[in-house]
Amino acid sequence: MAARKHRRVGDSPVVRRSLVGLAVALTLLFLFMPLALIFVQAFAEGWAGYVSNILNEYTLHAIGLTLFVALLTVPLNMVFGVFLAWLVTRFRFPGRKLLTTLIDIPFAVSPVVAGLLFLLLYGSNGWVGQWLGEYDIQLMFSWPGIVMVTVFVTCPFVARELIPLMQQQGREEEEAGVVLGASGWQLFRRVTLPNIRWALLYGVILTNARAVGEFGAVSVVSGSIRGQTNTLPLQVELLYQDYNTVGAFAASSLLAGIALITLVVKAIVEWRQSRN
Amino acid sequence: MATTELSERPAKRLSAPATKRVLPGFGLSLGISLFFISLVLLLPISGLFIRAAGMGWEQFWFVITDPRVVASYKVTVLAALAASLFNCVFGLLLAWVLVRYEFPGRRLLDAIMDLPFALPTAVAGITLATLFAENGWYGQYLAKLGIEVAFTPLGIVVAMAFTSLPFVVRTVQPVLEEMAPEDEEAAMSLGASDMTVFRKILMPTLWPAIVTGGALSFARSLGEYGAVIFIAGNSPYVSEVISLMIFVRLEEYDFPAASAIAAVVMTISLLLLLVINVWQGRYLKRLQGG
Repeated sequence: MAARKHRRVGDSPVVRRSLVGLAVALTLLFLFMPLALIFVQAFAEGWAGYVSNILNEYTLHAIGLTLFVALLTVPLNMVFGVFLAWLVTRFRFPGRKLLTTLIDIPFAVSPVVAGLLFLLLYGSNGWVGQWLGEYDIQLMFSWPGIVMVTVFVTCPFVARELIPLMQQQGREEEEAGVVLGASGWQLFRRVTLPNIRWALLYGVILTNARAVGEFGAVSVVSGSIRGQTNTLPLQVELLYQDYNTVGAFAASSLLAGIALITLVVKAIVEWRQSRN
Repeated sequence: MATTELSERPAKRLSAPATKRVLPGFGLSLGISLFFISLVLLLPISGLFIRAAGMGWEQFWFVITDPRVVASYKVTVLAALAASLFNCVFGLLLAWVLVRYEFPGRRLLDAIMDLPFALPTAVAGITLATLFAENGWYGQYLAKLGIEVAFTPLGIVVAMAFTSLPFVVRTVQPVLEEMAPEDEEAAMSLGASDMTVFRKILMPTLWPAIVTGGALSFARSLGEYGAVIFIAGNSPYVSEVISLMIFVRLEEYDFPAASAIAAVVMTISLLLLLVINVWQGRYLKRLQGG
């Protein structure tokens, strides 16, 4: 009788088993199998084939360019994200709500539109582009353009991870630090950073995953010149369109590896936060 | 003396916490944030609208109502609707199973749920296209049933559903976790059936989260490009999405047309974002109030 009193919806074994079974089956089909396919295809020509596909001249160049773009984008967006999160969670001022809405824009905008925005402004017949052209500076169809659109597409991630956490933690600890005479930098390093480091880490990893994997926006501004402005996702597209499926999936497996690392870091971060 | 001073302090702080800026860095963080947002977000976006406004109403209307473009609106909106409806049902099921039941592999299932956000869209695109191709792992069986996915509008739905799957799961999950069990247990102990309790007691709390997740999924699907183009087949009037249409116009060096279509898409995206934010604000207030 006591057990019956605390019964909740879906507690009966039949319902439980069928719902869990259905969810697991759908996840296997929809998420695990695609992931498996990437690696099965990548290794279709064996280990040696995989290595030679990765060591392809253009693929190697694409890996280098992609890492370079991420190396510029991620720190920039990390600094911006921390400042924005500090601003909207530690101070109240008119326009605060608007600012947090504005930062979501890149999530809502189609990547192709994002690329077009920068092409219109900085392209050879755009306002800024024309002026820069007089000084022989070309931003589009070269790496600066790729960095610019990647910054646009990935700028919300760090702030989005930090804002809810910092809001929840409140500002008492930092105010105590100020009373004790800490400088701004000391305050951030000694009080704020230890509290937000896991969320910050996940924000950075997520920014990195998206920076490395951005496709639509980059393909508008890059021109996809092999060995010059081809990032790894664009290289995947080129190989795939050349009917080099194994090569395309070998390159994809690197990106899938980064995605898997992202998921692992997220799991660790959530585990650490739930322990606190 | 000392004790009165100490006891006065918190009272003072409580009376005016909003206006007093104790913490450093307001000017610096405001400056950096505004500079960054203006340069990276607002300047390029206003550039697009000024470009589109400069082309004149008649030409603008002509470009955005081109039959091929109109067909792409229809394909995109219908596919995004179908994908987000699928995600509402599938997402609710996944969130429910992850929160309510303990079973081996639950943590793994929870962790893999974010894969579509972490996996680059181009990789998702070629993977889905290969799975659903005629000789692919899924395509060969579906072909026997007479179902074609790759290179049809159905493929677009599959790609959109894949890339936006986590939205509903991740918005419904916290609501399910925080739900108080009292009402549910009371109704169950009074002999109501599972279905009745689910409909009458759980759904009223859950549906705002499902709608939010569905709307986010829809907004994301409207703009999806990388995952879609590999599986869509991209035949004019049948399986071209709006993002691809913009890309096609760009490749024809027709910048005004690309800008006009992009301005339409951008307006819809911004409106959706606004509606979702207002909706979330209202819904969150209700949660806090109740």
